[in-house]
Amino acid sequence: MGTTLLNAWPLAVEASQTSLTLPFLRLYVFVLAGFVGYQIITRVPALLHTPLMSATNAISGISLVGSLVAAGAQFSKFSTFLGFVAVTAATINVVGGFMITDRMLKMFRRQERS
Amino acid sequence: MPSASQLALHLLGAVTAAPKPVKAQHEFREFFIEVAYLAASVLFILGLRGLTAPDKARRGMQLAAIGMFVAVLGTLIDFRIVDYTWILLGLALGSAIGAAISIWMPMTAIPQRTAISHAFGALAATLVGISHYDYVTRVLGEELSRVDMAALGFEVMFGSLTITGSLMAFGKLQELLPGAPVTYAGQNESNIGLFAVAVLMFLFLVFSSSLTGSHTVIFYLMVVVGLAVGVLIVIPIGGADMPVVISLLNSYAGLASSATGFVLGNNVLIIAGALDGASGFLLSILMSKAMNRSFTNVLFGAFGTPAESAGAASTAGLVVRPISSEDAAAQLAYAREVIIVPGYGMAVAQAQHQVRELAELIERRGGEVKFAIHPVAGRMPGHMNVLLAEANVPYDKLLDMDEINDQFSRADVALVIGANDVVNPAARNDPSSPIYGMPILNADQAKSVIVLKRSMNPGFAGIENALFYDHKCSLLFGDAKSSLTKLVAEVKALQ
Repeated sequence: MGTTLLNAWPLAVEASQTSLTLPFLRLYVFVLAGFVGYQIITRVPALLHTPLMSATNAISGISLVGSLVAAGAQFSKFSTFLGFVAVTAATINVVGGFMITDRMLKMFRRQERS
Repeated sequence: MPSASQLALHLLGAVTAAPKPVKAQHEFREFFIEVAYLAASVLFILGLRGLTAPDKARRGMQLAAIGMFVAVLGTLIDFRIVDYTWILLGLALGSAIGAAISIWMPMTAIPQRTAISHAFGALAATLVGISHYDYVTRVLGEELSRVDMAALGFEVMFGSLTITGSLMAFGKLQELLPGAPVTYAGQNESNIGLFAVAVLMFLFLVFSSSLTGSHTVIFYLMVVVGLAVGVLIVIPIGGADMPVVISLLNSYAGLASSATGFVLGNNVLIIAGALDGASGFLLSILMSKAMNRSFTNVLFGAFGTPAESAGAASTAGLVVRPISSEDAAAQLAYAREVIIVPGYGMAVAQAQHQVRELAELIERRGGEVKFAIHPVAGRMPGHMNVLLAEANVPYDKLLDMDEINDQFSRADVALVIGANDVVNPAARNDPSSPIYGMPILNADQAKSVIVLKRSMNPGFAGIENALFYDHKCSLLFGDAKSSLTKLVAEVKALQ
């Protein structure tokens, strides 16, 4: 039985690799990440909703990663220019977002009991 | 500038063992990139989990920031990057601007900053999408698959409407644009029509060959239509609805990032975008619920035009009872339990520090002070909490609507500062009121109510508030900040 499985394996991989395999895999990632996000974020207290928004905003500044390739791959002058603007915009969000979230969270303190 | 890129390539070459065949070298780099992205994704989720408790939140966000750093470092060894000049310039410029904004921006400007950061995020996603389209169809001259084109279409459409929508929201919050809703005849019909045009363009792009000239024209036209839709959907939305709009734009910006991940085949982008999208979506649901309204109701501006007739008749002939600051101060000073209800008026007057001072004085005299925070008080989710935290009010005194609503009946004084619709009893007992059904703070159940108010103008929704005419309610007219300064002085004088 072990050998049949082994023999069948490359075939199975070949059969499952259609042009839709990869997009569906990405869809799985998207849906599951969305669920995880939803579950976590329902537990964030209303107290922290403003820092939450600036935090998720900083995190979605990850589009920086896509911008970096566009700015540095020399696809075309047009792409490099768009990439440069995108890198700048995304970096503003990443750096500004994390810094301001931290500034806000620093202000939240419990009552000192004396 | 070849020197910079040569240097960078040289450094990278040294890291990744130059003599290997090119393909193996690429795989080697790809392995590191994927590991970096996986680590970043985990750190982002852990970071958000930190936000579930105020004392763990800062550490959590530091983890997320490390994740971001790792992801960016990983990307920089991508073999497709051949020149680092523009990357470094963009990183430096963006860091300088981002740091400057976050260091010098006053906390009262948080809603505006949030709105404009959604515009930046969406701009980055849109430009990456356009760059990808241009590279594949024009530079490489290759056909885009339907799936890729669909993802690209989503990215660019959500992105472009979020850019202008967020800029409009920013303009309204910064008061560069009139905050009141702008409405005109046939507005909803023309908006829906334009949106339908965008959808048709999207379908054309997906189902026609991407190598034709008309495909390119339609692609860029769709960007323009998206930009127009963004402007038109935010124009009719008034300031009081901003918490929903900001949350919705937050969600769209996340979805645009996620779509970028689909286009580039990048999982960390998909995950981070999905987290952002889910967060914005959840917040918009919470905000809509707190206003007892549906998404469509907010977006299609049923509230936009003030309901002139509502409540106007019922308050005719009734009189309000103005109170002097001396009398108000005496009431507060001898109260055992005080609940403060802050609203947008407090933010506008920037009176949060005076509020904290007054609360401390009352507590020093032996009274107890709590703050009742309505979910949609202010201009964005959690707005009041951040302002009061900035003024050094401990967060265990900031209570949600559900936590505090039963406590009003025990309170000697409910002090309403620049809030109106969130304490309007019409939401509870007047089915003809436009805000009927909206959950409100039970300020009217307190033994007495003092309202700090600029004038007798109705609140943002343009609805009369029966609370102000209640026999146990008195009004202290004036700017919130100067009224509070007077109250502080009077309470001090009593000691």
